[in-house]
Amino acid sequence: MSVQETLIPKLGVVTDVRIDTPDVKTFRVNALDGGKVFDHMPGQCAMLSIPGVGEAMFSITSSPTNTEFMEFSIKKCGCLTNWLHQMEEGQQITIRGPYGNGFPVETEFKGKDMVFVAGGIGLAPLRSVINYVRDNRQNYGTVDIVYGSRSMEDLVDYKEIIDVWCKEEGINVYLTIDREQEGWDGHVGFVPNYVKELGFDTNKTVIICGPPIMIKFTLAGLIELGFDKTQVYTTMELKMKCGVGKCGRCNIGAKYVCKDGPVFRCDQLDEMPNEY
Amino acid sequence: MKQIKLDSIQSLFKALSATRTLYLPVDTPAGADFKKYEDGVLWSGALNPNRSAKDFFFPQTENMVDFKVEGKTIEIIEPTRPDEDFVVFGVRACDARSFELLDKVFLCDPVDTYYQNRREHGVIVTVCCNKPAETCFCTNFGIDPTAPGGDVACWQDDDTLYLQANTKAGEALLNSVADVLAEADDSAADSVKETVKAIMAKLPIQNLDLSAFTEDNLLNLFGSEQWKKLSEACLGCGTCTFVCPTCQCYDIKDFDTGHGIKRFRCWDSCMYSEFTRCAHGNPRLSQVERFRQRFMHKLVYFPANNNGDFSCVGCGRCLAKCPISMNIVKVIKALGGANK
Repeated sequence: MSVQETLIPKLGVVTDVRIDTPDVKTFRVNALDGGKVFDHMPGQCAMLSIPGVGEAMFSITSSPTNTEFMEFSIKKCGCLTNWLHQMEEGQQITIRGPYGNGFPVETEFKGKDMVFVAGGIGLAPLRSVINYVRDNRQNYGTVDIVYGSRSMEDLVDYKEIIDVWCKEEGINVYLTIDREQEGWDGHVGFVPNYVKELGFDTNKTVIICGPPIMIKFTLAGLIELGFDKTQVYTTMELKMKCGVGKCGRCNIGAKYVCKDGPVFRCDQLDEMPNEY
Repeated sequence: MKQIKLDSIQSLFKALSATRTLYLPVDTPAGADFKKYEDGVLWSGALNPNRSAKDFFFPQTENMVDFKVEGKTIEIIEPTRPDEDFVVFGVRACDARSFELLDKVFLCDPVDTYYQNRREHGVIVTVCCNKPAETCFCTNFGIDPTAPGGDVACWQDDDTLYLQANTKAGEALLNSVADVLAEADDSAADSVKETVKAIMAKLPIQNLDLSAFTEDNLLNLFGSEQWKKLSEACLGCGTCTFVCPTCQCYDIKDFDTGHGIKRFRCWDSCMYSEFTRCAHGNPRLSQVERFRQRFMHKLVYFPANNNGDFSCVGCGRCLAKCPISMNIVKVIKALGGANK
């Protein structure tokens, strides 16, 4: 692979737009002649762009086990994402990737009991792993999913969580929202506190993704529960341009998030400067 | 070894430029800069051009790909790659070393084919420094200005230029201009080398203590109290990054020409606030963090990823150009030393 192929994008077409929350939409992307533009591993990312508007890195939220299309859950929060949110079916976009290391689903995660902890749009990269684990059920132990958002309306992929994940044997889903809300009879409270209340078995492997403050407090809670940092994984995001560790901006110390990450084990983060 | 008298050097330039483009340092009102050779253009006697020679392989702006957008459809148009063969004459040992450092970034997997293409089309002719300046400190990074490297290395005394091919491309280049060159004894340039070595030994910045800049010491250096003080006067102008032969950070931007979209890359600088600003915030909020990034990258992060090679060649451009007289030598002195 050379940069000639990776910096020059391929074309994709938006084949479905799903409104998830007031500010999150999930876009289904296909190659122009159908199928996927490229294969990926859970946790890897892709550069999406509308020429003339901009290009940015997004996590691929669909699982590699989905052979028909790729999906991207995107929160509206800037120039490019505003534009993406106006897209309709049939809109072509440019896409390049996959970038990054992804989660060690075929090595360190194999045979492990998994706990997924997500906050808000932080579910997007985890959904790829969760569905990968579901589709390769025999390779993994129990699955616990703790997912929280500001409100009921802000839970991404709510339909899939309720209709699919909640109904599957061996998967426990724990949803929470920040504040009481009419029509919600589930748990209320912040994710880090909920994780501590639930008090998982310390043999499990944990993957966290969400706002930095949520990651920080969830990690602290897990340590209190007796987890070691080597059991906890997270995925990072920083501004990126090239995606291949050459443009020089997404480094944390000597590591490039685009190439050496975005997935890091929490003990690895300890060896890196606190600049993210 | 070959030689040519300096008073007939124009015949060498003419011969070199006969079948390819020749670039060489030329004096301008703003100082020396690399320019295309044309009849009558004179080779600058300056120690180093204002800008480094990195432009030849990693231009300040470069078109990457074009798009045509119509309604919901997009067309991708790959640009033609430059295929012009060229020679860069008069590169100093520091800039020649910078190409090796840039190679580590752009030619490692996945290869940057824009850079690779230019590298393959360029032949580098270096010239030994005759009058190293007080801002020179290349020797601290293992560079020997009297063995300047490149495809062809040259040495110059009062009336003669001596040329020695270092690579196959260099040999081919010298063969192609053999008509204007005469044979020289292999030891002909030895006295020039001795003279320059004697000058170098008397220069002020020759024994920097780099022993503190190790990967093991990364977090200590990152957390040093010194950064705040060192960066206090930094204007964030980015001059240091633009004149630096080893700075290679770039941005990718789109430009609407009215007939389509051009996607180009251009030099960027870690000294700018926009460099890392993204939707969820900015990990380098003040000039302290940006300043620290630049020097940590050159002295710790780059070596950590490249077998200990520092990403500085001691050319001294940042010493000469920084508007507040801050530079990597001051940073090394403030943070360096095994006991600091």
